[in-house]
Amino acid sequence: MTRNAEKFPAAARETLRDPVLRTNLRRATQAIRAKRAEVVGEVGDWEALRARGRAVKQRVVAELPELLELLERRVTEQGGTVHWARDAAEANAIVVELVAAEGAEEVVKVKSLTTDEIGLNDALEAAGITPYETDLAELIVQLAGDRPSHILVPAIHHGREQIRELFRRTLPGTEDLTDEPEALAEAARRFLRERFLSARVGISGANFAVAETGTVCVVESEGNGRMCTTIPRVLITVMGIEKLVRSIDDLSIMLQLLPRSSTGERMNPYTSMWTGVTAGDGPEEFHLVLVDAGRSGVAADPVGRQALHCIRCSACLNVCPVYERTGGHAYGHTYPGPIGAIVAPQLEGLRGPVSSLPWASTLCGACGDVCPVKIPIPEVLVHLRSEIVERARRGDVAAGERLAMEAMARVFGGRRRYEAAQRAARAGRAPLERMYGGGGHRPPPGLGGWTASRDLPLPAPESFRDWWRKR
Amino acid sequence: MRVALFVTCLADTLFPDVGRATVTLLERLGHEVVFPEDQTCCGQMHVNSGYRQQALPLVRRFVRAFEEAGADAIVCPSGSCAALVRRHYPELAAETGDDAVARSAAALAPRVFELSQFLVDELGVEDVGARYPFRVAYHPTCHSLRLLRVGEAPLRLLRAVAGIELVEIADAQGCCGFGGTFALKNAETSSAMMEDKLAALTAAGAQACTALDSSCLMHLRGGIERQGLPIATPHLAEILASVA
Repeated sequence: MTRNAEKFPAAARETLRDPVLRTNLRRATQAIRAKRAEVVGEVGDWEALRARGRAVKQRVVAELPELLELLERRVTEQGGTVHWARDAAEANAIVVELVAAEGAEEVVKVKSLTTDEIGLNDALEAAGITPYETDLAELIVQLAGDRPSHILVPAIHHGREQIRELFRRTLPGTEDLTDEPEALAEAARRFLRERFLSARVGISGANFAVAETGTVCVVESEGNGRMCTTIPRVLITVMGIEKLVRSIDDLSIMLQLLPRSSTGERMNPYTSMWTGVTAGDGPEEFHLVLVDAGRSGVAADPVGRQALHCIRCSACLNVCPVYERTGGHAYGHTYPGPIGAIVAPQLEGLRGPVSSLPWASTLCGACGDVCPVKIPIPEVLVHLRSEIVERARRGDVAAGERLAMEAMARVFGGRRRYEAAQRAARAGRAPLERMYGGGGHRPPPGLGGWTASRDLPLPAPESFRDWWRKR
Repeated sequence: MRVALFVTCLADTLFPDVGRATVTLLERLGHEVVFPEDQTCCGQMHVNSGYRQQALPLVRRFVRAFEEAGADAIVCPSGSCAALVRRHYPELAAETGDDAVARSAAALAPRVFELSQFLVDELGVEDVGARYPFRVAYHPTCHSLRLLRVGEAPLRLLRAVAGIELVEIADAQGCCGFGGTFALKNAETSSAMMEDKLAALTAAGAQACTALDSSCLMHLRGGIERQGLPIATPHLAEILASVA
């Protein structure tokens, strides 16, 4: 589980002041951005596809209770067991109990944001069970005792050289390892192969679950996920309740949208789908844990619920000018970037440090333009800002700001007050210029952030309206 | 055509030359310009910062002020302020609970134009008879690009300016980092974005950076002055009004 104690502006500082990390992030995000643009450009009816994707998810969120019950029936009919978890603690307890019942001391895990969100690995370790992340990047993050910083590329902030040192320190038999990507992948492969063959329990998330058929779907690049979902005797899937689609046809729309938006590929290398259990093929037991953890509350907000449409592609991270400079850790949550700025605060009830995230955006709109399911992220950000300001009594927004905003609204509320304020500002021009024009001196209250890197604009000697009246 | 100027509080108070240039240009093209003096601020900063309730009286004031002007079009030298009125005024006005204001806002919104879109898409004008003999980079501001979809309109106008040399900058469509109160609340991230933009302008050898929004230009200007860079920041209206 990855949570910051600090709000975004303070948490962003570390990356902003690290030129190497800034360069890595810029290169990585720009490379994926270009790949995405290229493969999306190949699709003649991309906009129509996006509109269909949006419609699919709108229906899902509107019909969530019925669809979840349908999914439960279908999974149960086909030999699976469905568990309902109201919150992270319930979900973790269910999984720990299932693993313990199997008598397993280690589990292999498919890359999963939901299990990171609920802090499953910590809960397993507390119960004496060792979880092994098997996605290469997740493994790197786990071995480093670090936390993911990107939805798709969790180790985007690690360079090759760092990874080599990490592997040499933590994986047996890697003394002569080079930092060639092939060599690094081979070292991880050898380590993981033993885990796959010995593990009795596999744990996955779900990219999608099809309500009408009870089918769970995981997409991935490496094939390690498929090892986890097919070799162990018991498979446990932990899934946020919004990851549903109604039908296989709806799934086909999502599978066209996701890889192009996510990795910039026409199709992802591995798509695994399973429906309950099948005798003599794959796991003998299948458990599906449906996690709410704040989601039904989000679904109750007609604007905010659009955050639940997200299919976790991370296209918005890769085009975000803020993410590009700060990286993912600054967001202090499993879900970083623009989508994180609308998902994380809502999952946490608009409380705590993550309530600073809706302001971690210039509202430039690049995120909304690339979202494969057309979530109007900037509009949801503005909506959440209003919701949080309304709750400002709880201390999330500085009272000074509220007073300043109210004072400005009063000034703009009347022509006389507005023109008087313009005159007052003009009268202050000369002293202001002496004090702040060159950037020196103590900044005016509330403007220290501005003057740290920028000179202050000064009121014009004559306002436009004064000129207009005189002409 | 009778055009009402929606000058924006920022240009009125801090950048009056932008308002004057807009008037000069529109009059040179043969239009009658009126300035409804009851206009103050459209409320964009309040809406976007989360102070929606406080913005509603400003919406009401704006709608009344421009309704009385009886103009064929309302023209604004700011992409972001024009976008707020065009895209969000109908719903904001509805939130005032005043049906008359809501009806007026719905009628008014489609007649509000950002300057370059008005010239190119509404009037079909590209060559406005301007001359500006400098190396100029055009910075597409985010709201003009992604909310108004101005597209090529500003570039068409710029390409027709005599003596101008347009230069491309790296990551041109990347945000400059202003973002309204973002520039204060997330000052360090804002500055990092600005510094990248200034580096791109410098690398392109631009003598001037122009845009459709005085707010973004104010932010870039602040950094340019602090760093002592030889780059001017004229608003598009100022270049188009220029005949020197």
